[in-house]
Amino acid sequence: MGKKLLIHNDNVPNIHTLQVYREHGGYASVEKALKSMTPNDVVEEVKKSGLRGRGGAGFPTGMKWSFLAKPEGVPRYLVCNADESEPGTFKDRYLMEKVPHALVEGMITSSYALGANTAYIYIRGEYFYVSRILEKAIEEAYAAGYLGKNILGTNYSLDLYVQVGGGAYICGEETALLESLEGKRGNPRIKPPFPAIAGLYGCPTVVNNVETIAAVCPIVMMGGDEYAKIGVGRSTGTKLISASGHINKPGVYEIELGLPVEEFIYSDEYCGGIINGRKLKAVIAGGSSVPILPAELILKNDKGEPRLMTYESLSEGGFATGTMLGSGGFMVYDETTSIVKNLYTLARFYHHESCGQCSPCREGTGWMEKVLHRIVEGHGKPGDIDLLWDIQKKIEGNTICPLGDAAAWPVASAIRHFRHEFEEYINNPGKIKDVKHYYSTQSA
Amino acid sequence: MSNEIKFNEEAMATVNKIIARYPQGKQKSALLPILHVAQAEFGGWLSPETMDYVASILNIKPIEVYEVASFYSMFNLKPVGKCLLEVCRTSSCWVRGAEDVVKHIEKRLGIKEGETTKDGMFTLKTVECLGSCGTAPMLQCGASFHENLTMEKVDALLDEYRAAGKLRSYTDMDYKNTL
Ligand SMILES: Cc1cc2nc3c(=O)[nH]c(=O)nc-3n(C[C@H](O)[C@H](O)[C@H](O)COP(=O)(O)O)c2cc1C
Ligand code: SF4
Ligand code: FES
Repeated sequence: MGKKLLIHNDNVPNIHTLQVYREHGGYASVEKALKSMTPNDVVEEVKKSGLRGRGGAGFPTGMKWSFLAKPEGVPRYLVCNADESEPGTFKDRYLMEKVPHALVEGMITSSYALGANTAYIYIRGEYFYVSRILEKAIEEAYAAGYLGKNILGTNYSLDLYVQVGGGAYICGEETALLESLEGKRGNPRIKPPFPAIAGLYGCPTVVNNVETIAAVCPIVMMGGDEYAKIGVGRSTGTKLISASGHINKPGVYEIELGLPVEEFIYSDEYCGGIINGRKLKAVIAGGSSVPILPAELILKNDKGEPRLMTYESLSEGGFATGTMLGSGGFMVYDETTSIVKNLYTLARFYHHESCGQCSPCREGTGWMEKVLHRIVEGHGKPGDIDLLWDIQKKIEGNTICPLGDAAAWPVASAIRHFRHEFEEYINNPGKIKDVKHYYSTQSA
Repeated sequence: MSNEIKFNEEAMATVNKIIARYPQGKQKSALLPILHVAQAEFGGWLSPETMDYVASILNIKPIEVYEVASFYSMFNLKPVGKCLLEVCRTSSCWVRGAEDVVKHIEKRLGIKEGETTKDGMFTLKTVECLGSCGTAPMLQCGASFHENLTMEKVDALLDEYRAAGKLRSYTDMDYKNTL
C-alpha cells in the first residue's frame, strides 16, 4: 500500500462534517501555519516540497506563489479551480464530495501564505450539488472560527465563497475562469499579463487546482522536505488518479508518484485488470488532451524500461513514443475499442468546447470533427488521414490558449500509433460497419 | 407559478446573498449563479423577459446577460421539458454503453435526441463529460447524477420522474448521486 495524504479518510463515516474531520487531525495545518509560521515560511515549505500543479500543466506551485505581485493597498486573491471538465477526470469531485473540509482547510492555509483575504472556489455548474456540500463545510468553518475575522484569535481574516459556472470546459483555463468569475463569457485572456500580476478584477491572483490546494495541508504538517521524499525525482508526493474505461475497478485512487503503470492497471489494489479478461489496447493517461498510447508503449517506454506514473516517465520519448501525466485522467481501452470512433467523440468534444476566439481552433476543431465523422460513417476519402494531420498541425501552437493544442494532440497521436485503423475505415468501410465498436451495457 | 417575472421573497434572499459575495461594484460577478436561480424559478429556461429582469437586478445591460447566457451550455434559451435528461456521450461513457442508453431512452419516450415529449415532461440531450467517467454510463437530471446506468435503472428513473411530475433544476436540494 502506498502512502495516502489526501483521501486516506474517505471511508470514515461523517468525515464530511467538521467535527469528525477534526477528530481525524483536520485543520491542524491552519493552527500550525497561523500560530507558528509566517506566510513566507509556508511558501518556503511548499517550494521545498516540490509540489507541482495537479490541474494538468504540472507547474511548480511554490514558484507560482512566489511570482505573486504584492503592491501596497491592492487586494490579492486565491481562486481554486474546481472546473474539472477534462474528459476522464473526476478526482476533484471525489475529494470535494467526500472530504470537503480538506479543500476548505487548504484554502485557508494557502490564502494565509499568499496574503489573500478573499478567496473563491470556482466549481463547474454541473457539480451544483457539490457546491452545496462545500457551502455547508464553509458554514461550519465560519462557525468554528476558521474563517471570518481574526481567525483563531490572530489578526488574519479570510472570507471564502463558492461560485458555480455555467457549463463550459474552457472555463478550466485559468484566465477564462477569471473572466467567468467576473460574470462574462469564458474567453481566455491574452497573456501576459499573467494572473499573478493582473488576475481577478485586475488584482494579483493565484489560480490553483483543488488537489494542489488540498496537498498544501499535509505539506505544512510534515514539512516540505519530508513531502519531497515521497515519489520519484521531480515527481514528488501523491497524486489522485481518476481511472475509467474497460477496467474492473474504475474509481479514484491516490497513488505515490512512481508506481509502475503495469501495477496500476493490473493490481487488485487499483484498476484490477481489464474487464472480461480482454487484452489491453490503448491508454490515455492524463485526461483527453494528452496523446493516446498503444499498450506496448504505455507499459514500457521505447527503451523497454517499465513506465512509471510520474511526470517524467510518462513523457519519456516525447510525443513520438510518450505522453503526459496531465490531470491524471487515466482512460483504459480494451481490444474491442475502435480508436477512430473514440477519437471522433473527443474531436466532437473539442469542437463543442472551443470558445471561438481564434480561427485555427474554431475552424480546425470543426473540420476535424467533420472529417472524422465521415470516416466513422464509412464515407472517408483517400486523402482524409493526411488532411486530419494537416489540420491538427495548423492548430498546434497557433492559438491564444492551450485548448487548441489539446484538440490537436489526440488526433496526432491516434494517427501516429493507429494509422492502420484509419486506413481500414477508409478502404473497407463495409467491413468496419459490421464491427461492434462499443459496449452494450446489456451484454457486459 | 405566476407568470410575472419577479423573484419571490426566498429567491430574492438567495440572490442578495450571492451578490454580497463580491466586492462593491463587482456585482456582475453574480451573473452566472443568479441565472441558475432564475432558470429554476421561471420554468426551466431563460426567456428574454427573464434575462432582462436579471439585468435590471444586477444593474447591467441586457446584452451583457444575453451574451453570457448564450455562451454556457447549462442555460436553456428555449423551453425544455420538466426533466432535462442529459446523457454523457464522451469517451469513457461511450466505451461503456452511452449510445445504448440514448437509444433506449429514444425508444421508450418516442423522441429523438434534442426533442421533447408531447406532454412536456422530458427533453433528451447528449452532453460532454460530466466528471462521472468512473461510474459510466451516466446521465444528469437537474442536480442529480444517475450513474452506472442499466436499462432497468433508466426505466425505473423515467417512471419515477413521470409519477412525480415536477420540474428538475440544477439548484434542487434533494439531489441524488451514487458516487
Ligand atoms: C482548456 C483548459 C482546461 C483546463 N481545465 C482545468 C480544470 O478543469 N481544472 C484545473 O485545475 N486546471 C485546468 N486547466 C489548467 C489551468 O489553466 C491552470 O493551469 C491550473 O488551474 C493551475 O492550477 P495548478 O497549478 O494547481 O494545476 C485547464 C487548462 C486548459 C487550457
Ligand atoms: S485556442 Fe480555442 S478555446 Fe483557446 S482561446 Fe483560442 S478559440 Fe478559444
Ligand atoms: S466521459 Fe462521461 S462522465 Fe466523463
